[in-house]
Amino acid sequence: MDKKKPKRLRRIAAGRITKTVRNLFIAANTTLCDDVCDALRRALAQEASPIGREVLAKILQNADIARDNALPICQDTGLAVLFLEVGQDVRIVGGPLQDAIAEGVRQAYAEGFLRKSVCDPFTRANTKDNTPAVIHCDIVPGDHLRIIAMPKGGGSENMSQARMLTPAAGLDGVKQFVLETVEKAGANACPPIIVGVGIGGSLEEACLLAKKALLRPVGAKNEDDDRLAKMEEDLFRKINALGIGPAGLGGRMTTLGVSAVMKPCHIASLPVAVNIQCHVARHREETL
Amino acid sequence: MSPTTSADQDRFLRISTPLSAEVRARLRAGDMVLLSGDIYTARDAAHRRLHEALVRGLPLPIDLSAATLFYAAPSPTPVGKVIGSIGPTTSYRMDVFTPTLIEHGLRGMIGKGNRSPEVALAIKRYGAVYFGAIGGIAALTAQCVKHMEMVAYEDLGPEAIRKLTVADLPLVVINDAEGNDLYAQAQNDWRILTE
Ligand code: SF4
Repeated sequence: MDKKKPKRLRRIAAGRITKTVRNLFIAANTTLCDDVCDALRRALAQEASPIGREVLAKILQNADIARDNALPICQDTGLAVLFLEVGQDVRIVGGPLQDAIAEGVRQAYAEGFLRKSVCDPFTRANTKDNTPAVIHCDIVPGDHLRIIAMPKGGGSENMSQARMLTPAAGLDGVKQFVLETVEKAGANACPPIIVGVGIGGSLEEACLLAKKALLRPVGAKNEDDDRLAKMEEDLFRKINALGIGPAGLGGRMTTLGVSAVMKPCHIASLPVAVNIQCHVARHREETL
Repeated sequence: MSPTTSADQDRFLRISTPLSAEVRARLRAGDMVLLSGDIYTARDAAHRRLHEALVRGLPLPIDLSAATLFYAAPSPTPVGKVIGSIGPTTSYRMDVFTPTLIEHGLRGMIGKGNRSPEVALAIKRYGAVYFGAIGGIAALTAQCVKHMEMVAYEDLGPEAIRKLTVADLPLVVINDAEGNDLYAQAQNDWRILTE
């Protein structure tokens, strides 16, 4: 075998990426994911508070109306967050990847009648097309391009937090921090919420892990680490004992699921991030 | 949170804007209401402008007296519809501006989440009321909007002030003129004290 000859790269047209990004953001914003619907139905069956049950029923009814009328599930159609897995044997042709994505976001938010919610941090002037998107890119083996679109609302994102704990704080310290964060979020984050917990790495990696944890199907446990699976279960119970309930109006179902992911960290640190996701929990993906 | 049967209807108080002093005095945290009439959308950027105008003594683009504000910015209106999706944004971000607005006539607020002690105090002092709407059911909530009109700050895009005519908008009273707070009460009622 001729070692100098590189493996043939698979070509993916930028235009195809644009179209995919467009469709994913429209679909994510108008059709509630199946795993979230199932979790909401489970919550409805378990909710003891009458007003809590009413809120959950309304959330499910809203999802039907949104889907049938191609309307956004929520008026806050989010910051356009994307996770990309780019196979190292892929070559994007016909334009820069970032531009292709930005154009997809632009088209989705214009043609899908989605709200443009991006602005200058100080002047607050709206960028008017919901760009720039927040793009996280992983280079992976293979010749595929996986695109995950995750429109993220401001209400729940604002209630998210990161903290650098001391190693001595340990697992109990992490749990305490998660509970504190959820309690502080109260009605603000549109409960029932989904709680993403990222542990380890550096400051920014903990945040990224927390957000990626939100991509796991709601209610599915961590399959890699028993300690985390146990922590998720324990936190689920404790959060649902807080009494916040659907829409914060009192009840048992404050969270639909806790999802934790962990990586090793520095000997001096114990970074932890809590990314709170509201009950609309939008995400859609496609692999090209 | 909206009546489905006629027995259900009894649980809801039907009220309309402008909210009279009598209605405001009667409403209590936990009351479920169906609100009809004209309300204005205003959130972060619009609040900043309204507040600035008040502080500088400039005229306002809307009449605040006995007005009700909906902390909301709808999604764009699809062809043939009155409005896109609409629902409450989180209210605490308006807290720094709210007492001043209440002093100048604001009497009803619709949003989600806790208010600051300063806002709760202004609500009590002036006999105002803070209603909670359910977040994240915006396609459903939009069905209560019968008419929408651009009023001010159009350059703010979604954050512009719009006048909405609503019919039977389902809300819950969170903070009332007596100083009660439903979120705190409800959480207290449902909290399980174990560990
Ligand atoms: S937190 Fe989520 S459900 Fe609530 S308003 Fe924001 S995007 Fe909508």
